[in-house]
Amino acid sequence: MSRRARRLGRGVALVGAGMSKFGAFADKTSRDLFVDAFNAMTKTVDKGVDTEDIEALYVGNYSSDLFEGQGHIAPIMADWVGLVPKPATRVEDACASSGVAIREGILAIASGLYDTVLVGGTEKMTNLPTEQVTDTLASASDAVYEGACGFTFPGLYAAMATAYMAKYGASVEHFMKVGIKNHNNGALNPKAQFNRSIKDLMNARIEKAKQKGEPVPYWRDELEFLKDPRANPVVAWPMRLFDCSPITDGAACILLVAEDLAGDFSDNPIYIIGTGQGSDHALNERKDLTSILASRTAAKQAYEMAGVKPEDIQIAEVHDCFTIAELMAIEDLGFFKPGEAFKATERGLTARDGAKPINTSGGLKSKGHPVGASGVGQVVEIWHQMRGEAGPRQVPGKDIRLALTHNVGATGGTCVVHIYQRR
Amino acid sequence: MTEEREFDSASFYRFLAEKKLMASRCKKCQELYLPPHPICSKCHGNDMEWVEMKGKGRLAAFTAVAVGPSFTIEEGYDRDNPYLVGVVELEEGPKVSGRIRGLDARKPEGIKVGTPLTVEFMEQEEGRRCFVAFKAR
Repeated sequence: MSRRARRLGRGVALVGAGMSKFGAFADKTSRDLFVDAFNAMTKTVDKGVDTEDIEALYVGNYSSDLFEGQGHIAPIMADWVGLVPKPATRVEDACASSGVAIREGILAIASGLYDTVLVGGTEKMTNLPTEQVTDTLASASDAVYEGACGFTFPGLYAAMATAYMAKYGASVEHFMKVGIKNHNNGALNPKAQFNRSIKDLMNARIEKAKQKGEPVPYWRDELEFLKDPRANPVVAWPMRLFDCSPITDGAACILLVAEDLAGDFSDNPIYIIGTGQGSDHALNERKDLTSILASRTAAKQAYEMAGVKPEDIQIAEVHDCFTIAELMAIEDLGFFKPGEAFKATERGLTARDGAKPINTSGGLKSKGHPVGASGVGQVVEIWHQMRGEAGPRQVPGKDIRLALTHNVGATGGTCVVHIYQRR
Repeated sequence: MTEEREFDSASFYRFLAEKKLMASRCKKCQELYLPPHPICSKCHGNDMEWVEMKGKGRLAAFTAVAVGPSFTIEEGYDRDNPYLVGVVELEEGPKVSGRIRGLDARKPEGIKVGTPLTVEFMEQEEGRRCFVAFKAR
């Protein structure tokens, strides 16, 4: 379909990245979280950034309107970090909101309009009771046709999971292994909402029962714990609680600059060499229910622009809003053949010390999923890993030169992929 | 006359209330759309016609929802009483989302992708539109 090779008008570099703590914070609004993320970001700019130099803001947010009763948040975020009267734009593409905001920031710099752009994402989700969060998230699918018959957001991914199981012979245990792996990573991430392994969560449950003098549960291992409906209830079969990313408050910010200015800000900038974005139909209109066309489309564009192949990518943060979503993502990105991702996960290939580490941050599953902030949150991990600053969760034995982020909106209606290079 | 109805969601749901599952078809390239699209994504033509589906198909994907949206809680569903919803591939080719009935939502492990189904129309409740459902045949 494409008429010519797509390339940017000029190169774009990442010179700072930071995030708020992800979690549930009763006293924090989306703007407070955004300020936390902004302050964390500015600390990572090696040579410092003067707010006067920032020319525009693009901020991802899914639904502050419904979550907080606050619409039109872009100028508020701009005001609270001191950017008024500079242009501030909110981007909404469900859970891909801030991934698409990154792309808008890149395009604005590549066009020559701006040299320095702040991109962020923020979401405050925990004010509402779970049922209302379910309703709000369900509105990111097709409300007229999917929502009307009772499909929820977890339900749509659960349906993809049953199609995947039927087509490839995967079992619920394979989904659980994705969650175990991501919690093992998140346990090492102090910014994660659940920075504990599933084994630790399981042992904490046992300890709590002992302290309270209640009957002490016994699980032989994490898999047995995850199969216990009391410990891990079904949300939408076959997706259980520990297959689903949590409801999260959080924000993240990055600073993008024109490539030729990168040295003015950073001793070790990261270059964004590929960007891609695609769309897809509602689930029922997809030819293949086990793959997301938007992901394949976005990935193809990003790989072509960057001139790299899936096998060249050393680490990736992918959109694991549900465990099945990670399996589909790493197939759609070409890291594994269709139907091979669950076997690769089982063999440990996607673990932090595996051949293709996926979601070293803990992923949305363990780090948390403040939907409109998750896309930029992924970049924060890539920034730390590529600069060798990820601390105890630093990928061992790899000089990371090429990395990728993959951010999906809702059930795949939107996907945006970026490729990063350290030179 | 059915042919004169607009190719929109109001028409689709009005047909459902009349117990008809209707797709739109591109007169130029014959591509079928369910729900009905007004513009063909394949050839980009916009001359469509209504076609009634026989309502027979197979389960392509499904879930048993334990934590549902507010309106299903009002219908009486909850963790202990989940409901089934899925994607059904019709004999004519298109797939459609719908509620699934006649299979045990409490034992989803026993439900097989590929199960043959027939369309049935959920009764219109006060204030809510009729929507697509299927039952095991």
